[in-house]
Amino acid sequence: MASPLRRSKRKNPVIRTRVPQLPPMARSRIFLGLTSAAARGVFELQVCRECGAIQYPPREACHVCLSDGLDWKEQSGAGQLVAHTMLRHAMENYFRERLPWRLGIVKLDVSDDLRNPHPAPSLIVHLHGDCPEPPAPVRVFAMLDRSGQAILVALPEKDTPHMTDDLQMREMTCDPKFRKSLVTDGKSPVGQAVVKELIKAGSDLVWVGEAAPWKKIPGWDEIKALQDVTVVDLDVTNPDSVRRCAAQIGQKVDILINTAEQHRAYRIDGRHGTENARAEMEINYLGLLRLAQEFGPVMRSRAADTEINAVAWVNILSIYALSNNPNQSTFSASKAAAHSLAQGIRASMQQAGVRVINIFPGPLDVEWNQELRPPKVSPNALAREIVKALRGGAEDVYPGDIAKDWYKRWREDPKVLERELAFAD
Amino acid sequence: MQSTTNPLLDILSGIAQRQIRVVDLTQTLDPDFPQIELPPEMGRCWPFRLEEISRYDDRGSAPYWNNFSCGEHTGTHFDAPIHWISGRNLPDNSTDTIPVEKMVAPACVIDCVKHARQNPDFLLTAEFLKNWEEENGRIPQDSWVLMRTDWSKRNDPAAYQNFDEEGQHTPGPATDAVRFMVQERNILGFGSECIGTDAGQAMHLRPPYPCHYYVHGAGKYGLQCLTNLDQLPSTGSVIFSAPLKIKQGSGSPLRVLAFVCDG
Repeated sequence: MASPLRRSKRKNPVIRTRVPQLPPMARSRIFLGLTSAAARGVFELQVCRECGAIQYPPREACHVCLSDGLDWKEQSGAGQLVAHTMLRHAMENYFRERLPWRLGIVKLDVSDDLRNPHPAPSLIVHLHGDCPEPPAPVRVFAMLDRSGQAILVALPEKDTPHMTDDLQMREMTCDPKFRKSLVTDGKSPVGQAVVKELIKAGSDLVWVGEAAPWKKIPGWDEIKALQDVTVVDLDVTNPDSVRRCAAQIGQKVDILINTAEQHRAYRIDGRHGTENARAEMEINYLGLLRLAQEFGPVMRSRAADTEINAVAWVNILSIYALSNNPNQSTFSASKAAAHSLAQGIRASMQQAGVRVINIFPGPLDVEWNQELRPPKVSPNALAREIVKALRGGAEDVYPGDIAKDWYKRWREDPKVLERELAFAD
Repeated sequence: MQSTTNPLLDILSGIAQRQIRVVDLTQTLDPDFPQIELPPEMGRCWPFRLEEISRYDDRGSAPYWNNFSCGEHTGTHFDAPIHWISGRNLPDNSTDTIPVEKMVAPACVIDCVKHARQNPDFLLTAEFLKNWEEENGRIPQDSWVLMRTDWSKRNDPAAYQNFDEEGQHTPGPATDAVRFMVQERNILGFGSECIGTDAGQAMHLRPPYPCHYYVHGAGKYGLQCLTNLDQLPSTGSVIFSAPLKIKQGSGSPLRVLAFVCDG
């Protein structure tokens, strides 16, 4: 059983901070289908349209009938551990620095699919320490590793105590436990909910950004009074403020969650001029850019800084980043800009293995969505999804029914969603 | 002061010999300085922001320079009559048409420090002004009336804004004082150390924002976010306040200087 993670000793300041190493990153283009699914937290394998064979690893043609009609389909992940080993020597620096490392072979359970006469595929998996010796039932998940590529992880059939504290698991996730977080705007309802959830998740301390210190916002005094909260001046519209904040605490931020947001609900002809649209771009897009320029380099430099290292950058985007909601047109455009930039930030942070998690919520239950009917995602539910994402292995999250539905439609055909949204009320 | 044939040279010589003090009444344009806060559904006056163009680096190896952005009513700023609905149709009511002679004028400084310290919602009344006149003489026509509260000494932005759940609590003039200054004394304008010429709770006065309403309605001006008023005498100083020449501008940040004769 995984022993509970202990708070490690403070870092010895006379020892060099190690440079982050990444697990092997090269994959074929076909393999990226596995990564694509893992990025949204789903385990998919290729299934042959002709003969029904499930195959692993991914390839261009069916390994049984040579058909190229292969569809990515979600797998339950249930399987049997048939072999395991402990890696004690590795040529790859990433694993060399983390030995020993447990690996296994899992045979997937596909016997309930009567159409499929082919043998179940065997998978090479990273094996959780709590999985018993084979033979044993396990659950296989696709997760992203520090290189941003999909790997398969086998967990015990049932959750075990302290399961997320397993050191191999900590390498696949960005668990807030014992880590230090920065919430860029702690005054908004979402910011407040995220702060509370991070504390609940065991974050060592939470720096909470405050812009416009004169604004009296309900709930803010309560947040400020929390024992693990330290308020910092941070206004993402002010380059000097972002620079000062990064200089002051950047060396200590393991998880950055950007909650700073300008949200107004206007159609393009519902608000004369561009002042509001500019404010949305100023905060939602340029604010993110300023954060990335100031916090990005220092977080990358600390990606291998002991077990308590810089691991994650979370952007709260919007499902409207994918397709414009005409009722919140300029807001949607600013989130689309932020989404594009976030992809760039991801590529940049990836070089050090820092995960960029993009959250695409549907309408939130906040002031500017007052006129929208439910379902709306509450700030608390959003905060729980963020912490869940940090504890998981995905990088794109679609919280709420509307976000999931729109994402599905957008994947099927972006044009159809565009037309549907144009006529929505 | 030794007299020459050119009175301007007398002034320069007075400055050089420190018989005339030049006092800067301007707050620094600083991104951290608070700007007016309105209900979020309203349009927003931008705070002061500074972005580097280059700083002896790959963006330009020799120059250091910045782009800045702000609203017309950011930092220490001037209010033109066109700023308020009541002054919208007056002649010469915007920053580009105000006669430049108006930009140099005498000032009366009304000391309200004690009252503002006791009550952040302190309203300067007509009676208060009349009592001031008993001691200092009649407020001259075409002079600035500057309300000294030492509010500018509040360096903490939250204390300077002084918000609670019912809004802002900062001192300003009462309706009767504004009418007295405009209608009976024909002043040039009214100046304050706070973020607006009107009191923080002035939306609840009758009419709402009486200082903006009457002062601009009569073609008079406003100065806000002033500082160093404690260095001015009650009477006798001269204010230089030239707003930027913005076409149809409703106001502008500006450098406000006071000349004080100590000799």
